[in-house]
Amino acid sequence: MSASRLTARLRRLVPWAALLPLAATVLVAYLGAALWSLRISLSSSHTFPASDFVGAAQYERLFDNERWQLALHNLGIYGALFIAASMAIGFLLAVFIDQKVRGDGLLRTAFLYPYAMSFVATGLVWQWVLNPDSGLQNVVQQLGWKSFVFDWIVDQDRVIYTIVIASVWQASGLVMALMLAGLRGVDIEIWKAARLDGIPTWRVYVSIVLPMLGPTLATAFVVLATAVVKAFDVVVAMTQGGPGTASDLPAKFIMDHLFGRANIALASAGAMVLLATVLALVAPLLYVRGHAARKAAKVTQ
Amino acid sequence: MNGRRPRFTPARVGVYGFLLMAALFFLAPLYVMLTTSLKSMDEIRLGQLFALPHAPSLDAWRSAWSEACTGVSCEGVRAGFWNSVRIAVPSTVLPILIGALNGYCLSFWRPRGANLLFGVLMLGAFIPAQVMIYPLVKLEAAAGVFSSLTGIVAVHLIFSMPMMTLLFRNYYAAIPSELFKAARIDGGGFWRIFVQLMLPMSLPIVIVAAIMQVTGVWNDYLFGLVFAGRDNLPMTVQLNNLINTTTGERLYNVNMAATILTSAVPLVVYLVSGRWFVRGITAGAVKG
Repeated sequence: MSASRLTARLRRLVPWAALLPLAATVLVAYLGAALWSLRISLSSSHTFPASDFVGAAQYERLFDNERWQLALHNLGIYGALFIAASMAIGFLLAVFIDQKVRGDGLLRTAFLYPYAMSFVATGLVWQWVLNPDSGLQNVVQQLGWKSFVFDWIVDQDRVIYTIVIASVWQASGLVMALMLAGLRGVDIEIWKAARLDGIPTWRVYVSIVLPMLGPTLATAFVVLATAVVKAFDVVVAMTQGGPGTASDLPAKFIMDHLFGRANIALASAGAMVLLATVLALVAPLLYVRGHAARKAAKVTQ
Repeated sequence: MNGRRPRFTPARVGVYGFLLMAALFFLAPLYVMLTTSLKSMDEIRLGQLFALPHAPSLDAWRSAWSEACTGVSCEGVRAGFWNSVRIAVPSTVLPILIGALNGYCLSFWRPRGANLLFGVLMLGAFIPAQVMIYPLVKLEAAAGVFSSLTGIVAVHLIFSMPMMTLLFRNYYAAIPSELFKAARIDGGGFWRIFVQLMLPMSLPIVIVAAIMQVTGVWNDYLFGLVFAGRDNLPMTVQLNNLINTTTGERLYNVNMAATILTSAVPLVVYLVSGRWFVRGITAGAVKG
């Protein structure tokens, strides 16, 4: 083989070589790590990985674990309320800003800036605002309403709602930004036609615009749902999982068992459950969206 | 909604009323943070959360920056700030370069099997970090980079790759393929077309990507906590230590000043970049 043919052949390999970091990330950091965690979750490992095989024993222990049950229960409440409230508030903000209001730029800035802040900062600010001794409760009491009580952050049964409040404050602006982008894509003719027919504005939003925003809603849902599963920083900063373990979430349970309690097998089992939850939530939506996109592509062709 | 700005009606009052209430809710924590940070502890003990400070003072800010105790040492969040800078710069530059390279390769060269890799990469974006953390700790320890600057930058590179690749792939997909073909006919090779043609055209998306990475890396807590090591703890971790692990009376003015200082970089990025920040959100969210 001549030298020139060799270099030509080498040159053809360049695009593959350029994708090596991508391939390494996918194969080692994503697939490899996920499989490794799966393997650990099937062993009796504590501080160090063990090579034995105990079947689903860790998963049984996990679901017998009261702290894990509480964490899952909290995740359900937190996820449902956080997603519902962020979507509703974000949509309302977008619709109201869409009414040709003055100062819409300033308003948008005010609604979205929390999203630029970290969950740690978010948790710390709300910890301070909701502190019963010096925060909101105290202010209202000083105004004269002596019996006013708003001590959810130290109430085992209600603390999870305070984490919802802080997270909604952080993420609603994101939904608003997504929705505004979607609203701008609504055809002007629809508004003209609705006006001619005398349909009230709110009716147009609910019956026509909202269904048209389906893909945007799905996007917002996926983004928020991913944030729910990852939720860790905000709990650590706001309550450290307390009082007791009342505001525990699975991500925090896993981290505590990985590093604090040296029970990597149980933690890995928890991580796999978390992964299964995400896939169950996200896969159907991605499929529907991909399906819709393919259909749209066919129509425009 | 389209058309001219409507005239003043009761409904308009309702619209403005709602928006004003919402703005108050969103701005209240920022107001509380700022005023608290300017008060003395004596004043804070009065418990008037929303009152303006009687005698505004920057003492708490000074203390938060250079004196407050974050766990073991008492040097304020200053050290954390510089750690975050040292983490954020390479964790922005490297992911953007790799993301651009991936996007370029996937859009124009399309080596066989690359799309499958890309599909798995995008699915990987949904794997909760907790699934990968322990194996990554072990891998980094084996490679001798755990608890180091290299270690934390590598983790940021791994976790940002789906988003960075997606941004550049979508951006390059909108560039006419004739341009690429013409460059090929003119004898441009893989790297030459990338460096001399595509990268210079990528400025808008590089800006969007940089905004996303800087804010994302700066606001990260989990990875910094696990992978950075004690000498490189980012500002968010030090902030949390300062507030949640100190014993004795809580100095709320110092805490709030430290919180603002920690949030300052992403907030400034947000305020300065404006529409670009929003572009990043929408570009990043509209997947596939």
